[in-house]
Amino acid sequence: MENPMRTPDPIRIDRRVAIRWMLTASAGAMLARAPSFGAAATEAPKSPRGAPASGYGLDPDLLKAYKPGDLWPLTFSASQRREVAALCDVVIPADERSPSASQVGVTDFIDEFVSAPYPDNVRDARMILDGLAWLDGESTRRYGAAFAEASEAQRAALCEDIAHEAPAGAGLKGAAEFFRRFRSLVAGGFYTTPVGMKDIGYVGNVPLARFDGPPADLVERLGLADEVKW
Amino acid sequence: MASVSPASVADKYDVIVVGSGAAGGQAAYTLAMEGARVLMIEAGRRYDPVSETPMFQTNDSAPLRGAGTPDKYFGFHDATVGGGWTVPGEPYTNASDEEGRQFTWWRARMLGGRTNHWGRIALRNGPYDFRPYSRDGLGFDWPISYEDVAPYYDKVEMLIGVFGSNEGLENTPGSPPGVLLPPPRARIGELLARQRGRRLGIPVIPIHRAVLTRALDHRAVPAKLHPGNARAQRILAEDMQNRAACFWATPCGRGCSIRANYQATTVHLPPALATGNLDILANAMAREVLLDARGRASGVAYVDKTTGLEHRASARAVVLAASACETVRLLLNSKSRSFPDGLANSSGLVGKYIMDTVGAEWGGQVPLLEGLPPHNEDGAGGGHVYVPWWLYKEQRQGRLGFARGYHVEFGTGKMMPGADGPYLPDAGGRTSFGLRLKEDARRYYGSYVSFTGRGEMIPNRDSFCEIDPAVVDKWGIPALRFHWRWSEHEIRQAAHMQRTFADWIEAMGGANTKAPDPDGRRAIHAGGAIIHEVGGTIMGSSPSSSVTNPWSQTWDVKNLFVADGGVFASNADKNPTLTIMALAWRTADRVLDEMRKGGI
Repeated sequence: MENPMRTPDPIRIDRRVAIRWMLTASAGAMLARAPSFGAAATEAPKSPRGAPASGYGLDPDLLKAYKPGDLWPLTFSASQRREVAALCDVVIPADERSPSASQVGVTDFIDEFVSAPYPDNVRDARMILDGLAWLDGESTRRYGAAFAEASEAQRAALCEDIAHEAPAGAGLKGAAEFFRRFRSLVAGGFYTTPVGMKDIGYVGNVPLARFDGPPADLVERLGLADEVKW
Repeated sequence: MASVSPASVADKYDVIVVGSGAAGGQAAYTLAMEGARVLMIEAGRRYDPVSETPMFQTNDSAPLRGAGTPDKYFGFHDATVGGGWTVPGEPYTNASDEEGRQFTWWRARMLGGRTNHWGRIALRNGPYDFRPYSRDGLGFDWPISYEDVAPYYDKVEMLIGVFGSNEGLENTPGSPPGVLLPPPRARIGELLARQRGRRLGIPVIPIHRAVLTRALDHRAVPAKLHPGNARAQRILAEDMQNRAACFWATPCGRGCSIRANYQATTVHLPPALATGNLDILANAMAREVLLDARGRASGVAYVDKTTGLEHRASARAVVLAASACETVRLLLNSKSRSFPDGLANSSGLVGKYIMDTVGAEWGGQVPLLEGLPPHNEDGAGGGHVYVPWWLYKEQRQGRLGFARGYHVEFGTGKMMPGADGPYLPDAGGRTSFGLRLKEDARRYYGSYVSFTGRGEMIPNRDSFCEIDPAVVDKWGIPALRFHWRWSEHEIRQAAHMQRTFADWIEAMGGANTKAPDPDGRRAIHAGGAIIHEVGGTIMGSSPSSSVTNPWSQTWDVKNLFVADGGVFASNADKNPTLTIMALAWRTADRVLDEMRKGGI
């Protein structure tokens, strides 16, 4: 098994990745089952309930506040970090209500995720690292600049091409799956932060003296007043 | 706190209770409060929810944003410690590798067992549920009726605190006046589901959950639970005052440091320990129930997991509450000249008729719930409403194609976001990102509704466990091997769940992104996945057709009792925990009665 944690030679992986994506593009049925376009090259267990990896164990300290890197070493290189931060901010940019994903530590979370020893993480790390390598290669091919150095418009245009379940471009299916997975990770990383929770209007996790249910005017507006029986 | 080690275990106890969850907690509570000297043996470590529960921790302070991993399957902050689908050094096996024939076994190795993280859904079995064979000719009748268990349901509900209401629906018993705590208000999505469910004939009513929506009545309840026992009343009254009412925050699955929900560790064990009658021996893996020359249980041999050394403890009676399958394993591993096939197994039925709950889910996005003004929907943790089985008539008329019912649990509302992120519809197959993603997240958060079906499985000959002749755990104790098969009743029921829920999503104005699969084989979870396994030591009216008598006392060994879900002769759709506790209390009463009469 190849070590997905090692940063590979970019040219070599480009070619290898390209070949793998061509192969998987013609094997749609298999892809439907395998969330990773690199899955064929890994030994990830079939079941998420496989033998426990050497992670935090069955009895970690639950009260402690952890940050990425506390439990297993982070593995992104400096250039990967730059690329991931740039991609994070294409996925969740800053707007008037909240900052961007990289501004609230999502880059560190992605690094923690791909560096984790659990089988699902090892499998997804493969896909993400391959995807990042492809993205840099494609950006260089199109714009003569690595993804992090490309302009905002160029980054967005590149992502636009792979932001679809069934991308238009030939051979983009693997890249599209990578983008969907990466996007979900960024959203999970962002909306679990206090800033993200506030942005979407999660106002719980505070002790209350009483629970009153939904506001009366909302109940009224949705025509549900008759349902409030208790 | 009477925490003992192998060196400080007393020479002899009245009762040894193996296990500390719903069954062990309740049995030990009843026995200790009524004056018996009890040794509780627990395979996991001691665990104190008051000091160990992560209450307000957010997911961004947890590894991997709190996502489940093989180490913590239900998420980092889940209350289960030292257990899971796999426990290092403690294997179990499946006889078949065929799809659909697997059993997966959740074990919590900790004081309080699975009660620390369970869903707190506390439903009574109804009268039909004790007479299933008489109604449709399938499975077995219990040797006891609803009326036999009802007084114990009352007592358990008063002790642990259960909210809910009495709606008078078929086979959905109410509780006597004053027993239930008031149900919390329904959430907005639950109200919408209620309104639209009515159009489909689906009744939505308050669920019953073991969460204190107000403080327990420490003045009135103790006298009802322990009549004539002033000391027990005083201890319980004092302890009840140390349990706070729910403050409408933090997920119940993490446990509760303010003791507002039921866990054995916050409800049963503190008063039992306060009597001075309970010793708890943690990190002790029971290996064998010992027999004396008269064929009576004399105690338990156990492995001290901290040293690997074996020890013995003695008692007048032994109560097994190790969980249905672990109790089977202990009995089958207790072989002697009089019981060459395992203790209390003259019927050959120990390990037979293991049942789980049928589980299938369906969900969809509901436009009416989009972009609602933010308001706090945490509530009492889980769903506030549910649907009891409602198609008894259609089933009697043979119109459904499956013989038993299911209930429906809900997932709605703007709950604390997890590692999966908020719901994003990705309309038209487009992967939403950029400012559009932010707008989508705001708009769709809280608009996704999920329904969870939980149905009755009929016991069958192909679902059982036995000792694997080739596999032992790290202490050399033979491990279990499972056999599993769902019948067409369960498979069709799972398909019916998804079909019903998909219709319901549409009745709420939502659209299903795909049609439910008519083949329930693809909807139903693996055996054991719902973590409601019961049976294996079923109770009955004769020694040839059951392992225990109607008092959960093994037919073969008079002073050996089973207090856990093993005695269930059927597994109604109702979640088993409340019934386990009611039967454990009843079993403990029997133990006390037999000891008083000198029978054991």
